[in-house]
Amino acid sequence: MSAIRERAVPRPAGRRPGRTSPPPGAAGRTSRDRSGPWPYLLVAPAVLGMLYLLVYPLARAVLISFQDFRLRQLIAGHAKFVGFANYRTLLSDPRFWTVVRRTFVFMAVNVVLIMVIALLVALMTQRLGRIWRTAVLSSLVLAWAMPVVAATTVFQWLFHSEFGVVNWALTSLGFDSFERYPWFAHGTAAFAILVLLVVWQSVPFAAITLYSALTTVPAELHESARIDGAGAFRILRSITFPVIRPIVMLVLCLEVIWTFKAFTQIWVMTRGGPGDATTILPVYAVQTALAGQRYDLGSAASLATVVLMSGVLVLYFRQMFRQEDEL
Amino acid sequence: MSVTSPDTPVRRRSTVRRLRRLPLHAGAALTVLVCLFPVYWMAVTAFKPSRDIQSTTPQFVPHTWTLEHFRTAVHAAGFARFWSNSLLVTVGAVLLSLVIGCGAAFAVARMRWRGRRQFVLAVFVAQMAPWESLIIPVYIIARDTDMLDRLLTLTLVYFMVTLPFTTIVLRGFIATIPPELEEAARVDGCTRFGAFRRIALPLLAPGLMATSLFGFITAWNEFAYANFLIIKNQDNRTLPVWLSSFKNTFGTDWGATMAASTLFALPALGVFLLLQRHVTSGLASGAVKG
Repeated sequence: MSAIRERAVPRPAGRRPGRTSPPPGAAGRTSRDRSGPWPYLLVAPAVLGMLYLLVYPLARAVLISFQDFRLRQLIAGHAKFVGFANYRTLLSDPRFWTVVRRTFVFMAVNVVLIMVIALLVALMTQRLGRIWRTAVLSSLVLAWAMPVVAATTVFQWLFHSEFGVVNWALTSLGFDSFERYPWFAHGTAAFAILVLLVVWQSVPFAAITLYSALTTVPAELHESARIDGAGAFRILRSITFPVIRPIVMLVLCLEVIWTFKAFTQIWVMTRGGPGDATTILPVYAVQTALAGQRYDLGSAASLATVVLMSGVLVLYFRQMFRQEDEL
Repeated sequence: MSVTSPDTPVRRRSTVRRLRRLPLHAGAALTVLVCLFPVYWMAVTAFKPSRDIQSTTPQFVPHTWTLEHFRTAVHAAGFARFWSNSLLVTVGAVLLSLVIGCGAAFAVARMRWRGRRQFVLAVFVAQMAPWESLIIPVYIIARDTDMLDRLLTLTLVYFMVTLPFTTIVLRGFIATIPPELEEAARVDGCTRFGAFRRIALPLLAPGLMATSLFGFITAWNEFAYANFLIIKNQDNRTLPVWLSSFKNTFGTDWGATMAASTLFALPALGVFLLLQRHVTSGLASGAVKG
């Protein structure tokens, strides 16, 4: 997870001087001739890995989604081709559409909260003195480092109905209805806790990335705008934001895509329950396939997720390649 | 700057300034608190005796400290086993992706060959692979090829999860090492591989370090595949899965659960603190320098 996260962080500019389209070492005809079969041998394991562990599973998912594939076919084989029957079943299932709607709500709430909070934290961090800034950045990194399953367990403890510190704090503040409030028994409450957990875990990456983007805004621009009489908000809108816009877009796309990674938090915390209250698409797919033994329907739901995601992915790649200017 | 001057109006201005910065510092304090409290609460609960954990008014600083919960967690059935499973899978995946990623990165950064652009594009796409949506086919393929319940399967999956990032980052690092250095070594009689090993590899050390640490964290934390690919042979579970089920077995023993969480989180937190310089100040200073 974190490996992918690191990608969007702009690397120190000084580290990559003068990268133009042809690789530096390959300039000239001679080195191309000398390369011979070597590059292919070097990338072969990576290509094989991608083919077997990514392309093949994806193709297999497509195939299964067009078959009648249940427990019997899993054990005995001989799955029958049924065309779009699984997709028809899926799309005519009202539960599926509720899950899709919930997925979008979950995504929207998460992404908006993450982006707004991260932007505020980044702007704040930029204005802080050295000591405070170090303190904020260090604690962001620490929260970021917290393993997902550990953080999920801790949040369950924080929101424990009897001895949870949150219920204690709310009761002390005078909200007596929160005494022994069973957060995980109520759909909306469980949903809210999951949103809180995902936001808590996602803000650090977004804030640190946006902060490092903010530091690239030239100080002279601020200076001259202030001399010209621009207010703080005007500077933010007309100077700061245009400069950091590409990074904001990248982070936004990543956060949208990473919504689906909340699978782990949801599975560990609620398994999609109570009832269906926290079931989003990947959870629905796995439940259908592995718990309900409808591997065909599960695969179809997974592919629906991929299709939903790919729109955002295309946006992400366009933005990134515009940034990278080199492949 | 105004603080150094002893003039009263200036000093008054500095007080005003400090007052105006108050909301800013309050915000900073709130951020620090919100980020750290869950981590702090986990550790503190782990060190508190059970009767203090199960009290209606929480103690924010424990009066008495105990290691009892850590003892419970460590002595829980199979803890050492799951720990070593996690370590084995993680180290295996990281080493594999370092070796293979390094080769691929070298080919991409230093050689010109047909299909290079397509390969780089594929790596970028692979980095965004929808792993959450591939659980079902991977499960079925693993079942068909008799690879369920094996640590090797997990190692391979984690290798593939970390490989794209490793390749992309190492490519960036290799591209910054002047090829003339290696060419000079080859003029002096080194083979291409020898030149790479003696000249480029030492310069790559920070890149190798960063990618292996990030790979370590990814593999160490992974839950979904570990949960669905290790089913029958429970001895082959990894720590995250164990922790998620620990809660069910030790349902009411939150002290032990928090101790187990702490033990599980510790390596990741440690690695991140080691990396912190690269993550924050490195980024910031790099951005300033550029």
